[in-house]
Amino acid sequence: MKPAAFDYARPDNLDEALALLADRGAGARICAGGQSLGAMMNMRLATPDILIDIAGLQELKAIAIMDGVLEVGAAVTQDELWRWPELADRQPLLAQMLPWIGHYQTRQRGTVCGSLAHADPSSELPLALALLAGDVVLRSQRGRRVVGAGDFQTGMMATAVAADEMIVAARFPLAQPGSTSAFHEVAQRHGDFAIVAVAAVGNENGVRLGVGGVADVPGVIDLTWPVADTTLNDFAWALGGADDQHATARYRRQLVRRIGKRVIEEVSDALS
Amino acid sequence: MQRVEDPTLLRGLARFADDLPTPPHACHAAFLRSPIAHGEIRAMDTATAEAMPGVLAVITGVEMQAHSMSFITGVKVDAPQYALAIDRVRYVGEPVAMVLAQDRYLAEDALDAIVVDYQPLTPVIDPVVAAGAAALILHPGAGSNVLHDRTFRYGDPAAAFASAAHTVEATYRYPRNSCTPIECFCVIADFDPGSESFEIMANFQGPYTLHTIMARALRVPGNRLRLKTPPHSGGSYGVKQAVFPYVVALGVGARIAGRPVKWLEDRLEHLTAATSSTNRVTTLKAALDEGGRILALDYDQLEDCGAFLRAPEPATLYRMHGNMTGAYAIDNLAIHNRVVVTNKTPTGLMRGFGGPQIYFPLERLLDKAAANLGLDPLELRRRNLVPAEAMPHRTAPGALLDSGDYARSVDRAVQEGGLAELKACRDAARAEGRLFGIGYAVVVEPSISNMGYITTLLSPEQRARAGPKNGALATATVAFDPSGAISVAVSSVPQGQGHRTVLAQVVADVFGMDPLEVAVFTEHDTGKDPWTIASGNYSSRFAGAVAGATHTAALRLRERLTLIAAADLNVPPEQVRYGDGRIFAQGNPDNSLPLGRSAAKAHWSPLSIPEGAGAGLRETAFWNMPELAEPDEGDRINSSGAYGFIFDFCGVEVDPDTFAVRIDKYVTMHDAGRLLNPMLANGQIRGGFAQGLGAALLEELAYDPDGGFQTGTLADYLAPTVMEIPELTILHDQSPSPFTPLGAKGLGEGNCMSTPVCIANAVSDALGRELRTLPLTRSRLAELMLGEEPPSTLSSTDPVPGTLTKGGDGHALQGQGSTIVPASPDEVWSILLDEGKLAAVIPGCHVLSMTGENTYRADVTLGVGPVKGRFVATVGLRDLDPPHALRLIGSAAGPLGTSQGEGLVSLFETPEGTRVEYSYTVRISGKVAAVGGRMIDGAARALINQFFKRLVSQSGGARAEEVDGAATTLLARLLSWLGLAK
Amino acid sequence: MRYLEAGKRHRVRFALNGRAVEGEAEPRLLLSDFLRQHLGAFGTHVGCEHGSCGACTVRLDGKAVRSCLLYAVQIDGKAVATVEGLAKPDGLNPLQAALRKHHGLQCGFCTPGILMSLSQLRDEEPNADEARIRDVLSGHICRCTGYHGIVQAALDVFGKD
Ligand code: FES
Ligand code: FES
Repeated sequence: MKPAAFDYARPDNLDEALALLADRGAGARICAGGQSLGAMMNMRLATPDILIDIAGLQELKAIAIMDGVLEVGAAVTQDELWRWPELADRQPLLAQMLPWIGHYQTRQRGTVCGSLAHADPSSELPLALALLAGDVVLRSQRGRRVVGAGDFQTGMMATAVAADEMIVAARFPLAQPGSTSAFHEVAQRHGDFAIVAVAAVGNENGVRLGVGGVADVPGVIDLTWPVADTTLNDFAWALGGADDQHATARYRRQLVRRIGKRVIEEVSDALS
Repeated sequence: MQRVEDPTLLRGLARFADDLPTPPHACHAAFLRSPIAHGEIRAMDTATAEAMPGVLAVITGVEMQAHSMSFITGVKVDAPQYALAIDRVRYVGEPVAMVLAQDRYLAEDALDAIVVDYQPLTPVIDPVVAAGAAALILHPGAGSNVLHDRTFRYGDPAAAFASAAHTVEATYRYPRNSCTPIECFCVIADFDPGSESFEIMANFQGPYTLHTIMARALRVPGNRLRLKTPPHSGGSYGVKQAVFPYVVALGVGARIAGRPVKWLEDRLEHLTAATSSTNRVTTLKAALDEGGRILALDYDQLEDCGAFLRAPEPATLYRMHGNMTGAYAIDNLAIHNRVVVTNKTPTGLMRGFGGPQIYFPLERLLDKAAANLGLDPLELRRRNLVPAEAMPHRTAPGALLDSGDYARSVDRAVQEGGLAELKACRDAARAEGRLFGIGYAVVVEPSISNMGYITTLLSPEQRARAGPKNGALATATVAFDPSGAISVAVSSVPQGQGHRTVLAQVVADVFGMDPLEVAVFTEHDTGKDPWTIASGNYSSRFAGAVAGATHTAALRLRERLTLIAAADLNVPPEQVRYGDGRIFAQGNPDNSLPLGRSAAKAHWSPLSIPEGAGAGLRETAFWNMPELAEPDEGDRINSSGAYGFIFDFCGVEVDPDTFAVRIDKYVTMHDAGRLLNPMLANGQIRGGFAQGLGAALLEELAYDPDGGFQTGTLADYLAPTVMEIPELTILHDQSPSPFTPLGAKGLGEGNCMSTPVCIANAVSDALGRELRTLPLTRSRLAELMLGEEPPSTLSSTDPVPGTLTKGGDGHALQGQGSTIVPASPDEVWSILLDEGKLAAVIPGCHVLSMTGENTYRADVTLGVGPVKGRFVATVGLRDLDPPHALRLIGSAAGPLGTSQGEGLVSLFETPEGTRVEYSYTVRISGKVAAVGGRMIDGAARALINQFFKRLVSQSGGARAEEVDGAATTLLARLLSWLGLAK
Repeated sequence: MRYLEAGKRHRVRFALNGRAVEGEAEPRLLLSDFLRQHLGAFGTHVGCEHGSCGACTVRLDGKAVRSCLLYAVQIDGKAVATVEGLAKPDGLNPLQAALRKHHGLQCGFCTPGILMSLSQLRDEEPNADEARIRDVLSGHICRCTGYHGIVQAALDVFGKD
């Protein structure tokens, strides 16, 4: 299990990285933490011609708050965000979800944006981005664009990032006063990819529910109080799901109904 | 006492197989493996690979066959097997070619360049189907997939069933799993053309019966295969027995390359193709009297050994033969054994070997019997235990249960383990409506296998012709060197169990010295060190046999040293005493010598030592068990030398939403005779328990019904982590074995036998459902428990367009959908039938060429996200009904795997152009299926979407977004369907 | 910008257990292979090469990470700590001694990785509780011990300051 040969570039700044991307496009992969990509490369499922290592780019290492939004640079690791002192206050849902990603050892290397770029249907951060209706900031030599969560993830492991583009930051709206959140994940073992991950954010007007692990992309739905079981059931059916060796589609839908309900109740309990 | 092994290991200084030096000219091997379960190799093109930089040789099955002989097995059938497939592949992962290159990276580069043309054959996966008359035969020379079929009768089971007040019967399926050591296989082979001999290092663990098989396969006498093991091994649990075919492969590689060859197995190879437990289908019947006494058992066992019967198989089926009645006194027993081959990885040794396959059905059935009789399941078991007075007890099939007071052990565990409290807990939980259950398992754990047990599979006449096989010879050497230091050498090939510590302790006790001063050598060299056919690390033979042989050797050595020391101390030998590293005169400790002083004398002044002390203080003891006779004419066999007893009980709670099983309490009681080292014993029990728990709840080497292997990574094959292992209460009883020198029995395998079924019994109790297979994954329990799924209330009951469902037969990916193409059906039709335009429609197509009428060959790069691979695809258009419908058939093959598919495309004229409706079935196998199972459905769907997106744009359509990106539309669709979109 | 071509070897200089070392590596050479095969630091073990088992865990600039998911060229100029650097010349460090005392290892193959994770945790969170210890250990698979002795050993060492 050894990777195929590739060129390795460690640009000194973002412009160099973008220039390389413009030049090498489709054959290039950005590597920040490499915790998903590295495994796929070792198995030769992915065989990029060139790896552009952005882990060391200072300009991508910021965690900042601006205009009510938490902006996380592309070189920020999951662990760094989790340790960021303001996180639990500013966006408690992320603080709840981050410890569920992989393991201590992979979180210290794996990045927040890398997980979004990988767009695994079962992983936590794409769910968080979708649920919170965050944005992803993309850069290329052609310019900069901000893509909303709904348009960012286009399918399983597929995103709106063009061949010459890269993610420079992810933006998560801050928690609103009067709102509360809950998260629950069912996996076979601690640290495994979720069979189903459910997150919810709510306030007195309603609750937004997000589900990962069932459809190709996280499914999100806005609901008003009180939430009927039939609505959850319809949502489960709409997500569909597929059988694999870990779980049947039916079990996944059942988890949407039951865990969805648990999470919604948690939110409503916290609100009352 | 702390382990002598530990400081080296903890400091990272231990030398495992992959840490041993290789000469600079050594090359590295990598194996090309079959992506499909069953097929003929029509052609193999290795030319490109051979020309690649750093590549020294590409060895195919044909060359392997020319340089080696087929592996022999205990069952005589015409089913040749070599280290590489010759003209047919029979399981996913079967080696088909071996690349030798300067390093592993280059070797793997070359693997990607080898092109194999397979003609797929129907995969034979389910053992019941494989045994049926209609199944395709894997080994034509064998004439059947059933390679062994025998029945046994002990007592009069038919009469017992006829007269029984109750009978109970059920069929159980034990799955495939593996103990997956964290260190994979490693082999370094060298060939000396001068002496025509092989010197091969492998992290092999025995049994050394396999040495004979390897030497024969390499076409040399045993003394020209010098097999060495490394100083440390990263776990085995039986698994590393299965390295032996690679020992032969690498030997042949070294011979062909003319240089040393090294191979380190990777995890994907290991999980896919190293080995497995057998999966077994057992129909078990029990006859009981009114009082719950078991009168008879009737086993029908169908054992699935995978694609080849690989030595020592079918040993899994026979290892427990003598103790098939479990811990119970049962006079009548019927056994029908069949061994079947299927298109799965060949099986082999595994901790618990044969145990879980017996105890899962037996102990499940006893619960069922108890329920039928209205008896408490533990009470039913109690009524049938072999009584202490009967020890040693000869079971109906011939085991000599050596010692134990089973009833006492059960009672102690019930008391000390707190069964009453656990029952109260269950009652309280149930009163609250929670799913709480209690399970029991009673197990006899055999150790020290009889070398003759496997011959039980032969008829008495065949055995008479072949000559007897029996015993369990163990050997150990203890010696003093000229400095007076002591060392021990054994051929037990430890894999982490602390053999050095135990042997140092055993020898130190004999000589009254500090164990740290005893050097123990466990790396082994068949060329130089004593060994026997029974050597190796298996069947828990260490404590009983190897430690015993060491003890015997040490005692003999002490007798001789005593003669020398008596002369030195000037006292009669009877008055020589040992202690604190010294030898002294009884009653006069001042008259003493350092232990080594007299010992050194045997080297330095052999002429001055007393008569009878002999020269050279070195003793090699061989130890055997007279109790281990060959099977008798009635097929009775004492299959093992010692039999421990285990009683487990546990309480579990099942989450009604997630069906996660939480172990509330687990108690395991062991009677393994005399405990040599309680700390190490408990370590073995905890390790076995963790693996047993994995087998119960998580672990399965899973295949789809087409033989595609699905669990190729440690994210798919789910070994428990620290989070999944609950508290364990360990209790010991000690009934020394009368037959082993130290009274000790094996104990490391027991929980692999007892824990899976104990947990299953508890879960069954909690859910009130019969459980017939393992592992009890959440999804599997959910499927068992969930009633009809509540339908959606939405008007549309169609699945989301473009989604995939598993087919009616539960495996192939199937999907359907439709899309609007802004062109007339005739225009769409012309695209599909135009070579150039079709090339533009097929995703990732580089070149498309017509190879026959409506048949094309294409080079394509397919993938989703970062995952991409090159494939050679064939596409055929069939059943043409222009411009209305056609059938597409295709296949693709590349380094990532193979796929075969079929699709129906129908065109309907609509006002906007053409509505294209499609449905398809795809089967995917090989690496991508083994490591990416979670993603395959989505990937297939994404590729189909790409195809139609391109079809739309080829048709000049501006509506590409219709089919673009399942996700955006999915998200929007969900919301609008639910009428909740903002 | 550092641009390293495929198929060529490039110089890598870094600190291994506090000592400056250098070697040459192709871009695709895994750090685990570099440490073991090029530098002879065999204490770091390889069990899966896909980030799941934890055997290869080393500390990169203090952080416990999977060396099978890093390339040798990525550690240029950085500090790597491996199991070989843990023991004091006079014997085992407290974590090592505790693992021995509590029989937290059998074959010892998984042990170096576990030691590296726990050593970071001990440096940063010397009072980590059992839940945190288990969370960190869950990134390692041990097939021999059932984890009991490992957890006991950690509990013996943590929370003592
Ligand atoms: S070898 Fe790196 S995590 Fe397993
Ligand atoms: S001690 Fe063997 S794998 Fe952990």
